[in-house]
Amino acid sequence: MVTVSTGSTTTGGAWKIASDVPDPELPVVTIADLGILRDVTEDDQGRVHVQITPTYSGCPAMETISTDLVDALTTAGYQHVDVEFVLAPAWTTDWMSDECRAKLTAYGIAPPTGRVADGPVPIALAVRCPQCGSLDTRESSHFGSTSCKSLWVCRSCREPFDHFKAI
Amino acid sequence: MTDSHAGYVLGLADDALISAQRMGWWISRAPQLEEDVALANIGLDQLGQARTLLAHAGALEGDGRSEDDLAYLRDERDFRNVKLVERPQTDFAVTMARLLVFATWQAELYAALAGSTDATLAGVAGKAVKEVAYHVDHARQWVLRLGDGTDESHRRMQAAVDAEWPFVEELFRPVDPALVAAGVAADPTVLRAAVLRRVGQVLDEATLSVPDVAPAVAGGRDGLHTEHLGFLLAEMQHLTRSHPEASW
Repeated sequence: MVTVSTGSTTTGGAWKIASDVPDPELPVVTIADLGILRDVTEDDQGRVHVQITPTYSGCPAMETISTDLVDALTTAGYQHVDVEFVLAPAWTTDWMSDECRAKLTAYGIAPPTGRVADGPVPIALAVRCPQCGSLDTRESSHFGSTSCKSLWVCRSCREPFDHFKAI
Repeated sequence: MTDSHAGYVLGLADDALISAQRMGWWISRAPQLEEDVALANIGLDQLGQARTLLAHAGALEGDGRSEDDLAYLRDERDFRNVKLVERPQTDFAVTMARLLVFATWQAELYAALAGSTDATLAGVAGKAVKEVAYHVDHARQWVLRLGDGTDESHRRMQAAVDAEWPFVEELFRPVDPALVAAGVAADPTVLRAAVLRRVGQVLDEATLSVPDVAPAVAGGRDGLHTEHLGFLLAEMQHLTRSHPEASW
């Protein structure tokens, strides 16, 4: 077990285990890749406190992520694990790592285009098809299979695909 | 001020909850699959907002009521939502007219509340403001398409706006001035100007007119509802009330 000072943020054992938990809807990326995992603190008694934030207010995956975190950490030997949901600062696709964006593309999901920063909701002008790489694509619906995605169609290869909305 | 603070948050929570329940009606009934998914997603966002707001209202109230207690174990007279969201919306044009008004109101409200001195309210609002921007845009696109479409779609879109308009004014009913002064609540008069301007722009662009009608009798925030809310609650609460404490 990694020894860290009381209640401090850790990048050690507990963080490593928590950050390896996959997203239940997008198992190719982890909750750390997506920026859902906000903080892991570990005290000298081995108690772990994890903070996660939802992508969207109504994201139904949060309960599963919470259970998966407790399972992963207790399996690794941590006896006392609690998971807290935090809302502020609000999650943004800007927190996704470049590695995460590459993994999503390889999985067939177009990653968010550009950075949101504090601007208005950006309208994606050109979304690259994750299948054939063409920029000749069109949005068929703002809303997709999960809250965080929109539906697109590629005009070149004719394949439909999901796009992670910039938010 | 604690009572009015809890009541204010409860009103916003109930607006989101009841609207989400009405959106859910469209699942499997929308005119196309993409629309089915869109309305379900919009309802899901609203439900997520409602859950956090209900939990917060329960905490402010201090009687130990959870979000589930507040959603499932209150009767009509204890709900604080505006009448706009509780009436049936089984007509697609009505659904879009209402969503345009409601989402635009939520967009202005949440933008203001993102700076609330109530940190939890600010957290919910800061997150939700990004979600409702998509709701506004979705409603706007349909209102434009139907309003500036065929004679038939124009007529039905205008009829829908006319039907919803008497219920718009209740959104701007005054709130406890102490809450506004304390930086907890948003000032309804400021919201009113912004919402009416934005909705008016969309209606104008859609070749629709802003109805000149008297406001309906308000009362939702005091628990005085239309006859429709009881039926909605009967369906929404039935399972929990028939099988208390059940889980799976």
